[in-house]
Amino acid sequence: MSIDLSQFHQVFYEESYEGLDAMEQGLLDMDLVEPDAEVINTIFRAAHSMKGGAGTFGFTDVAEFTHVLETLLDQVRDGQRAMSQDIQNLLLASVDCIRGLLQGLQAGEASDLTEASELKKQFEAILNDDAPAASGGGPETPKETDDNSDNGDGWHIRFIPEITLLQSGNEPVRMFRQLADLCDNQMRVTCDASRIPAFTSMDPEMCYLIWDIQIEKAIDKADIEEVFEWVTDDAEIIITPLSEKSEEQPAKVTQPEIETAPQAEKPPEPVVQAPKQEATKAAPKQTKTQESSSIRVSIDKVDSLINMVGELVITQSMLGQLGQNFDITRVQRLQEGLAQLEHNTRELQESVMKIRMMPISFVFSRFPRLVRDVSISLNKKINLEISGENTELDKTVMEKIGDPMVHLIRNSIDHGIELPEDRIAAGKPETGTVNLNAYHQSGNIVIEIKDDGAGLNTDRILQKAIEKGLVVEGANLSQEQIFDLIFQPGFSTADVVSDLSGRGVGMDVVRRNIAALNGSIEVTSEKGRGSRFIIRLPLTLAILDGQLVQVGKEIYIFPLVSIVESIQLDDLSINNVGGHSDVLQLRDEYVPIIHLDDVFSIDNEKRPIEESIVVVVETDGEKIGVVVDELLGQQQVVIKSLEENYKRVDGISGATILGDGTVALIVDISSLSKMSGASSKVLDGTHQAA
Amino acid sequence: MSEVSEVEAPVSEDGVLTEQYLTFIMANEEYGVDILAVQEIRGWESATPVPNSPSYIRGVINLRGTIVPIMDLRQRFGLPEAEYGNETVVVVLKVFTSSGSRTMGIIVDAVSDVYDVPIGDARNKGLSDNQNSNFIKGLVTVNKHMVILLELENLLTIED
Repeated sequence: MSIDLSQFHQVFYEESYEGLDAMEQGLLDMDLVEPDAEVINTIFRAAHSMKGGAGTFGFTDVAEFTHVLETLLDQVRDGQRAMSQDIQNLLLASVDCIRGLLQGLQAGEASDLTEASELKKQFEAILNDDAPAASGGGPETPKETDDNSDNGDGWHIRFIPEITLLQSGNEPVRMFRQLADLCDNQMRVTCDASRIPAFTSMDPEMCYLIWDIQIEKAIDKADIEEVFEWVTDDAEIIITPLSEKSEEQPAKVTQPEIETAPQAEKPPEPVVQAPKQEATKAAPKQTKTQESSSIRVSIDKVDSLINMVGELVITQSMLGQLGQNFDITRVQRLQEGLAQLEHNTRELQESVMKIRMMPISFVFSRFPRLVRDVSISLNKKINLEISGENTELDKTVMEKIGDPMVHLIRNSIDHGIELPEDRIAAGKPETGTVNLNAYHQSGNIVIEIKDDGAGLNTDRILQKAIEKGLVVEGANLSQEQIFDLIFQPGFSTADVVSDLSGRGVGMDVVRRNIAALNGSIEVTSEKGRGSRFIIRLPLTLAILDGQLVQVGKEIYIFPLVSIVESIQLDDLSINNVGGHSDVLQLRDEYVPIIHLDDVFSIDNEKRPIEESIVVVVETDGEKIGVVVDELLGQQQVVIKSLEENYKRVDGISGATILGDGTVALIVDISSLSKMSGASSKVLDGTHQAA
Repeated sequence: MSEVSEVEAPVSEDGVLTEQYLTFIMANEEYGVDILAVQEIRGWESATPVPNSPSYIRGVINLRGTIVPIMDLRQRFGLPEAEYGNETVVVVLKVFTSSGSRTMGIIVDAVSDVYDVPIGDARNKGLSDNQNSNFIKGLVTVNKHMVILLELENLLTIED
């Protein structure tokens, strides 16, 4: 019987990561003085199932490591040991360590055990600390040591399975292998075949054998019990310390009948030596498993989907029937049916989209840990408030928003929140607050990161920007424009470059990542009171609100979010600079103009500029005007990949299918501006219109 | 048993392993593509042009929800352009490359036939090293005339 266990590996990894997240969260939530029993139980359960899973799949490193962790947790759970900051730190460190081990396994790399063994030593140091401070002050001695006090010489195990053992899917050989691993092969197994009935009355699917196992190594009784954990109901297991048993044993057990055991007997002779290497090698063997991402979908969503498909089938059969003997009198019914079909498909589309939606808590949940670690390393006191964590957004968006948010939160802590003494001096509470909020607003998701720190220092930003040549000296910028400077590439105001931030690669990358998701970021700030970053994202990457425009015979789609305004041109507002580039005078700004038909080499007869329309779009904080022939409607479009079968096209972010089945291309505004060379790097406030 | 061998390599009457090729006509020559790569054959309908693409890419079409580029094979080979007529068809091909699968349509003058070609029968001797030789797997003789077998992976890779 060989089942390819590797097919379950992915599930194991996913569950383990979830378990680790649960542990982490539990640890962070834990009240160190009076830990909630339920929280500890949650952590313990997570560790335990991870250990079980890791053991099953032969990931011995993980299993061994979680075992130590579990031992400590067990003591905490039983109240034998008080939770302390040290233990909490150690447990958090081991969560990271296990995560590292699992990622190593998943990538098929040999696991790096240095960290694990280091932590293991720390655990053992705590565990061996003979005076575990009992939280209740009670005089109980640790159960663990009590049980294992007499494991000096080893163990004798008599394993008497029910004859139906094999029918319940248990395999003694596997258990013996596990035992052999436990005691480094220092064990002997003898088989007692006395239960075997006469050949004629024997059922070949039954297990008649009884085993005696002698382990000549001091190991924990609990470990042995665990090996037999699954068969306790199907077998009688007698475990006795070796010192007591050794005298009476030889007389009873040594029956050399193993050789003569009938061939029909299923379990092979316990060849315990050889399989050991096999078992330990199993872990690194499964190399480079393709990572397939999956999502968990609540059963409600699936149910509603099934309902809708049911309705769709009904509508379909109704229409089918109608089509079989159709005459003109039934047109009314056909129209009704089609209307219903349309209704069904739209609902179905919506609920399929909903499947991809997950609560944002998946992203938010990693921040308490981050805030804790960063605030400790910076000696700041910070309280993280999270709200709106049940707001749902698309899984793809969620995966991509995590890193920019980490950056923003680190920034808030590093640059925003002041040191406790500075805060007290400024008359603010010692503990700073970082507020994380998410909510839906008109088809977008809005994420706010707010801190009550020092706020953005406009003077310093401006000064820095002038130093870096981003702004011309003496420029007259509004406060918003100044705030916007922090998103310029190569801009960083931190006086000291810390390992957290200040390398100047920060905010522009954040903005670019968010822009890549068709989102936007803005910042408001009040000096001394804190700052607030507002991220707006589309709910999903699969659908986009588009403005259809026509150029020549072609239809292109502009993302609605990037359009500032669209204007009908009159000849006077266009100026020509240096012969080939045009600028549009838009109130008090000059906006570079590009002609879509030129950039995209579209065959289009030149029409007088007054008949064209300029769509003013904004990208990376810059405006450009795009000349098109005509504005058509606005509609939601489903984004399709152009790269899948073709290749990346400059200026195009994707394609979509219009109502009539034809393909229209979606314009990528930011690469469009690069293509035309229209972007102007220097924000020049003196460039005022006369 | 017979079913399995049919899928893997059909055997012609004289017991030689063969591959099947779908052939089509272009500028009076017959070209063949591996029939396993052929997804479907459809009539020509207009495609949406892609900006700044090579001239042989006619544009992209909607193939049941997937965006599929369409290549004019005459232009790819540098043959004189022809009017698209009733017989003009698009052969939709799917090839597996190192970076995954890629679906693309090629416009040809007309489809012709399906031939069994013995494996290893294709000859490419005598083909000079011109720009098109990259696209050609070899030449075979079927019913006394020449069929040009195409190397799809190179053909459907669009260089920048």
